[in-house]
Amino acid sequence: MSERRATLRRLSCSNGASHCSRLLEGTAASRERRKRKGLSAVRREEAGSMAAVVLSEPEKLYIVHGVQEDLRVDGRGCEDYRCAEVETDVVSNTSGSARVKLGNTDILVGVKAEMGTPKIEKPDEGYLEFCVDCSANATPEFEGRGGEELGTEITSTFYTVFSSENSVDLKSLCINPREHCWVLYVDVLLLVCGGNLFDAISIAVKAALFNTRIPKVRVLEDEEGSKEIELSDDPYDCIRLNVENVPLIVTLSKIGYRHVVDATLEEEACSLASLLVSVTSKGALTSIKKVGRGSLDPESIFEMMELPQYVHMGRGWYWS
Amino acid sequence: MAAVTMRLPVPRKPAVVNAPRGPEKHLVAPGDTITTDTGYMRGHGTYVEDDKLIASVAGVVERVNKLICVRALNTRYNGEVGDVVVGRITEVQQKRWKVETYSRLDSVLLLSSINLPGGELRRRSIEDELAMRDCLQEGDLISAEVQSVFTDGALSLHTRSLKYGKLSQGVLIQVSPSLVKRQKTHFHDLPCGASVILGNNGYIWIYPTSEQRDEETGGFITNLEPVSMSDREVISRVRNCIVALVTHKLMLFDTSILYCYEASLPHQVQKLVVVTLFCAVGGNGKASSVAEVRW
Repeated sequence: MSERRATLRRLSCSNGASHCSRLLEGTAASRERRKRKGLSAVRREEAGSMAAVVLSEPEKLYIVHGVQEDLRVDGRGCEDYRCAEVETDVVSNTSGSARVKLGNTDILVGVKAEMGTPKIEKPDEGYLEFCVDCSANATPEFEGRGGEELGTEITSTFYTVFSSENSVDLKSLCINPREHCWVLYVDVLLLVCGGNLFDAISIAVKAALFNTRIPKVRVLEDEEGSKEIELSDDPYDCIRLNVENVPLIVTLSKIGYRHVVDATLEEEACSLASLLVSVTSKGALTSIKKVGRGSLDPESIFEMMELPQYVHMGRGWYWS
Repeated sequence: MAAVTMRLPVPRKPAVVNAPRGPEKHLVAPGDTITTDTGYMRGHGTYVEDDKLIASVAGVVERVNKLICVRALNTRYNGEVGDVVVGRITEVQQKRWKVETYSRLDSVLLLSSINLPGGELRRRSIEDELAMRDCLQEGDLISAEVQSVFTDGALSLHTRSLKYGKLSQGVLIQVSPSLVKRQKTHFHDLPCGASVILGNNGYIWIYPTSEQRDEETGGFITNLEPVSMSDREVISRVRNCIVALVTHKLMLFDTSILYCYEASLPHQVQKLVVVTLFCAVGGNGKASSVAEVRW
């Protein structure tokens, strides 16, 4: 770096100053750009690990040893969840909403049902649109564009999870094939990041969909053939969605040689790889995704996949 | 196998603490008029508008002769000389470390303010400066004492006693600094088997009580042996007790943690994450009653 600067200085003495000042600026600007890219690459990694905390080596060792012996920092076993609170119908101007507090993590989901045109490849179905907003309340890193990386990761995961045919009955959202259908805009707001975001968001999405009330519409046909849509006057006359088959995500974080469910921020800092498994209440897996820099042994993946079915079936009865 | 218990919503009862209250405190919210008497000087947390003294933070009004100030309850740590703090190293700079202590500015730990490994007393040389990262790295936890306060408000820390230094295995909890009671000593060896450091900045460190204390190391050798299961259970229980006390905004000191620990013994450790403990601890440190234990 210093030799380059020396050559540039020599050049500036011999050639025109303007040419070399541009060169010098060029290198300074490119250095800035590289530094910025480097910083944003680091931030992307950190955002990918969900606003992780920094821990000292002995702290990580304590957590890892505890997990091996099935006694985590707060006394839970490897397969225990933290206390979760689910509250529905919290936002008044949405079709359905839910707020979930899983330990520290606080998620708010609102569902708005709006009229739209069906997609061309599926003319007799409605569809869901996800949008995740990481609020700057959670950590200062999410200020401005900082939370976009994490938001797009969560959104794409949910599109994958809900891509299976039977999760939500999309045919019931259709009003007129090829012309009108209900579009459900699911907006997720991260209020506090306390670890295990995906699980909490999936519970909140399911609760909000359970709470959604879509007004009943009637299609009136005119003499000319133009269709008119009439909304019923009664505000309580609405259809509810069947959320029995909506999958929930279970995150399994690999710490040491064991995996834990519902990791806190500190435990996420100790785990290099996690498996996101989405299961329905009947025990069917709809999607699997691996996140993290580390690697997972294929045999351990099969072991890890048996757990989510038990976890969801325990919770499944509550929704019916 | 994992069992999930569920219950339907019940109305939440407000936390009623039957503690004998001291003299009534004057609590204010931002915008409240404290006094209309113009004879007072305004201190921190107040401002004057239309000949009225108005609070700008939510807290308790404190009056010293003619000076009125409002001490905020939910605030960053304001350091005083002599406080014991637990901090995390954020940066390694030329002759000092920057330590995060939940205050408005990062605190500073100068190279000349630490004990060198081996306990030598000498002038710090260039080799010491280059070997700084071997002592303390980014992410390490230390316990230190506030030596002085810089003009901009940053704290200068020192670990010049054998009880301070790098912390090894244990659990860190972050609470509001106003919940830690000022005491003569902040290092407590609880009789239940764990030791706790109550940092004035709200960082509480729980660690296993080690049998032998190596006095010559000066606090920079970390013990990396696995902690036994019994110690781990005690540490988890103490951690959950502290979290329960903090949720109910009770002051943290060794006796309150101990009484909460004893009240929690009938329950399993993992259930304490769910349980809401109401533990009334009087101002003089005596537990008057355990009012209610609720799931």
